[in-house]
This record gives sequence, structure tokens and C-alpha cells, in this order.
Amino acid sequence: MPEMRYVDAIRTALDQAMQTDPSVVLLGEDLTVGGPFGVTRGLAERYGEWRVRNTPISEGTVVGLAVGAALAGLRPVVEIMFVDFLTLAMDQLVNHAAKLHYMSGGQLRVPLTIRAQYGAVGGFGAHHSQSLEAWLVHVPGLKVVAPATPADAKGLLEAAIGDDNPVIFLEHRGLYFGRGEVPDGIEVPIGRAAIRRQGDDVTIVAIGRLVGSALEAAAALAADGIEAQVIDPRSLLPLDLPAIVESVRRTGRLVVVHEAVEMGGMGGEIAASVQAQAHDVLRAPIVRVGAPFAPVPAAPELEQAFVPSVERIAAAVRRVTGRPTVATH
Amino acid sequence: MAVTRQPAELVSLLERMWLIRAFEEKVSELYARGRIRGLLHLGIGQEGVAVGAIDRLAPDDLVFAGHRAHAHALAKGADPAKLLAELAGRTTGYCAGRGGSMHISAPDVGFMTATGVVAGNIPLALGAAYASVVGNRSLVAAAFFGDGAGQTGGFHESLNIASLWGLPLVLVCENNGYAEFTPLSAHTKIERLTEYAKVYGIPALTVDGNDVLAVGQAVGEGVDRARRGEGPTFVEALTYRLRGHYEGDPAKYRELAELSDWKARDPIARFAAVVADSGAFGEDGANDGVAEQQARARVDTAADEALAGPLPEPADITRYVYAD
Repeated sequence: MPEMRYVDAIRTALDQAMQTDPSVVLLGEDLTVGGPFGVTRGLAERYGEWRVRNTPISEGTVVGLAVGAALAGLRPVVEIMFVDFLTLAMDQLVNHAAKLHYMSGGQLRVPLTIRAQYGAVGGFGAHHSQSLEAWLVHVPGLKVVAPATPADAKGLLEAAIGDDNPVIFLEHRGLYFGRGEVPDGIEVPIGRAAIRRQGDDVTIVAIGRLVGSALEAAAALAADGIEAQVIDPRSLLPLDLPAIVESVRRTGRLVVVHEAVEMGGMGGEIAASVQAQAHDVLRAPIVRVGAPFAPVPAAPELEQAFVPSVERIAAAVRRVTGRPTVATH
Repeated sequence: MAVTRQPAELVSLLERMWLIRAFEEKVSELYARGRIRGLLHLGIGQEGVAVGAIDRLAPDDLVFAGHRAHAHALAKGADPAKLLAELAGRTTGYCAGRGGSMHISAPDVGFMTATGVVAGNIPLALGAAYASVVGNRSLVAAAFFGDGAGQTGGFHESLNIASLWGLPLVLVCENNGYAEFTPLSAHTKIERLTEYAKVYGIPALTVDGNDVLAVGQAVGEGVDRARRGEGPTFVEALTYRLRGHYEGDPAKYRELAELSDWKARDPIARFAAVVADSGAFGEDGANDGVAEQQARARVDTAADEALAGPLPEPADITRYVYAD
């Protein structure tokens, strides 16, 4: 089974999609030279500068352009270099990409993928580090995925490009150069969660890069006799709620972990949905572990305090399991 | 060089203008009677732009319009009954009642979408023009927008990209003098919106928007240029809406003298005189008035059909959120 980096998995998915389907085009800034992280390196040479199209720094119009191109028969993939700049395109994304199928009574389709890199890594500060998935999942008509592994990056990107709806593909900068096995021909359907670790004492739902942190926390907790089931939703909209509820029905406890601020985040949504379906089995309050309610700070010490740590995740689990301190042996 | 038009073509243009006028007046009447609800922006007085411009497009060319777009949909060939049904919130409407007046869509005739966001349609048209180049198609995209759009970021970003990439796009600015309730002079110091286009290196022309033939001439040159792969064209058509910004707007921000001045330049009455002079109404003008009668009869039938359509089921509210 080939092992590859997350960035290479993305490039491979793009390459294969472009090879298979001439209607797939890439639009974004600096794409022909690969962008700042080399994701699209080599593709312009292979597919030409019309299908791998460098755009001016005009995110709002470029996303609108991609919507129009989708209406006219293409399957565009837009790269938003940092998700922070998706703010400039929210009008086109929310008012046209998401709504045209509905507003037209099903006559129009918008097969559009938007790749947006995100995450608080490296002290890039408040305009190059945000996690904005909660804004996106609030919009009927969009789909939102956030792969945590190279295999899911490849599988979900293929699924996104093949989808007839606008899909936001969130790629975490902190995962870009991590390696993982990517099975040939892997398929990852949008809307299906992955169980990353089995356990019966508590359910941890973690998003993106924090799936890895949750697994580290689970390993530490196992040493204390607490077995956590770790669920990676992979797809945030639609959310695989049945998988989460099924797990909570066994464990009776839930901790939701994400890098976005807690206020108004995915954690609240998941908590509300789970309690509505499984309040009878809950043995402890559902706990969210997210960022403090602050912009992402630049100084490394502050950025480190912003991102939920393995220790914070483990402490939250200990709280809900009623074992707040490390047991003495 | 002016294109010479055959008498039958002239009559056809007049018929299309009358269809829009009759449609909009019927919409106004049905709205006053409570048979149509919602927020309506009528194009009465601006028929010359929609008809003159869209006449120069091919059936496969794609139109993207703004929130005052009934005229453009009809000019592109939309069925008035399905359009009225949409305005009346019926499942038999183009958008099954999900769109309404500002979001009409008739892709079967190349009227892709209207939009409630000023200038939001310009990037969409830009994208269709890009798709035309990528797919090596002859398709031309057209965007219709008002003078208020000229002050948005999307307008400028789109003009820049259209010019930079040489896209087959025709930009038609319907300058009716008012962005909502405020004259253009309060929005920008630019007097002619063609100045913006010239900055981006786009050929641009200002025409009398109440002269359907002048609009057709200018837009036709733009369509030909786009079809030849020579990039975008910008046409500013000077016109006037004879109603308020929306139905129910008393339009007190306008002088009555200004309104009557423009009424005297009604694009339909002016063009009917041209058609009469051409002899197209037959000997002693026997067919003068036929276009109006036919349009009103067609719209009456369309209204009956539209209002007989079923209302949507609330239980179906989430249908069409996602494509299968």
C-alpha cells in the first residue's frame, strides 16, 4: 500500500480527476507554480494554463466565476490559499453556490469544490490561521469536509469533485507534510465518519488535526484504565450523527474537540444533536474542548495556548468519567 | 455601419417589447390585487435594453441578470405562464416557488439566473465565458446590471479578469439614473460608467437605451467581437424606469418633470413610430396596435394558467436543497 504525504494525496486526487474528466479545472492564486505549499505543482505543465488557471487576488469574483463555470458545465476546483480569505467570497458562496439549486427549483446544479487551507500552525497570526467550519455548516446547500489523514484527503477530494453540490474541502496546514497509507482506489463517501479507536468508557469526537491529539490523549488515558472511542467525523455537513449517537449509547459520555472557538462551534451543534437523541444514556454533561474566544494570536506561546492540547483533551475526559486526577498506583 | 433590419424583424422586436410591457403591467395589477406577493422590481420603461440586446444573442448564449429581470427572461424566450406562476409562488413556476421574482431561472432558454445581490451575477457570467473558452465552444455570456453595480468590488474584479483573459462576455449596464432611491451622482463622481470599462481596456460605448435598434447595434458588435475571440465589450444603455424601484415605492425622490420627460421617450411608443414609418404595419397602418393586443391577450392567458397552478406543500420545504 503506497504511503504518501497529505499534500501529495491532494495533488494525486486532483491529477486523477483532471485526467479522467476534461471538465475538471483548477482556479486560484499562484497555482501554476504550485502555490505556497506545492499542492498543485506540475499540474499546469500537464493540463495547460486554461485548466490550471492562475487568478488575480480577487477571491469573491473567482468563487463567483467558478459558480458560473459550474452552471455552464465545468467541475471547477477553487483553491483558497487560506480559509481566512474565504470571507471575501462568502457572498458568492452563500448566496449563489449554496442556493442556486434550490432557488431554481432544481434546474441548476453547482458541482463546485473549494479547497481551503486552514489551522493555527507556525505563528501565522489572525488572518492566516482560523478554523471557520462553523460558519460554513450553517448554510443549507453546502457540504463541508475536513480530512484528517492522507487517505481521507484523497478519497474525500475525489468525492467532492464528483459531487453535484458545492463542497468545501478544508485542509489543515498542520497535516500537510504528515505521511500515511493511501490505498489504491480508495473511496471515501461524504457523510460517513471513521472510528479511529475503539473504547467503551467515553466517546471523543475530534476534527481535523485534533484527531491525532485525541488519539494521543486516548493512549495516555488507557494507561489509567479509561478506554476512549475516538470518532473522526471527516464530513461536517452532512454529519454522520448516527455513528456518534451509536457510540454515545455505549459509552454514555461525550467530549467534542475542535480547533475553532467553542462559541457557536461544531461542538455545540454535536452536543445538542446527541442529547436530543441520547439524553437517556448520558452519564455526564457533554463537554466541548475548543479554542478560547479570541482571534488566533501570533506569538508561539499564545498560539500554543489557543489550540486544544493533548492535556486539555485528557483532562476533559477525566472530568466526564468522574476521574479528574490521575490515579495513583 | 448600421445593420438594416427587415420589416418582419422590426415587428418581432416590437412584439417582444410589448410582451414585456403587458407582462409587467399584469404583474403590477395582480400584485395590487394581492394575487402575487413578495418584492417586485418591474422593468417598465427599460424594455428597449433587454429586447435590443438579447435579440443579438444566439439561443445557446447565456444570460445572467439582476433583480429587475423579468424583461430579460422574457426577451430570452422564457414562457410567460411559467414565469408568472413563479411570481405567484406556484409549483408550476420555473423554480417551483423556491425562487420568486428576484431569483427566476429559465436555463432551458439560456436565461440562467437573476440575483438579488447587486452585481452578483457579473462573476457568474464571467464564469460561463471562461467555460466557453475551456470547452472551445462558441458560447457568449451576457451580464445585465444597473448603474448601482458599478461601485461594487465584484464589478471591478470581473472587468479586470474579463479583459485580462479576453473572455467572450458582453456587459450591459442599464443606467436608469438611480441606484435604488439615490441618483448615480451621489454614488460616484464617474459620469459615464463606460469610463470604468476603458480603464480595464474593454471597448465601451454609451447608447440611448430607449432606442431598441441602437442597443442592438452596440450589443451586436460586442457579441460578434466575443464570438471572434476578441474579448469582452461594455455597453452602457441610458434608460429610465417608469415605475418606482419596487412595486409600492412612491418614488418621491424623483421630480415629476423628469418622469414626464422620460415618458415622452417611452421606448415602445418611439419604436412603434419607427415600425410604422417602415411600412411594416401594412397599408395605411392597418396592423398598428396588433402587437399590443396580442401581447395583452397572451399575458391574460398566461395569468389564468399561472394562477390555476398548485401552491407548494409546506412539507416539501427542503426539496431541492441538495442535488441528488
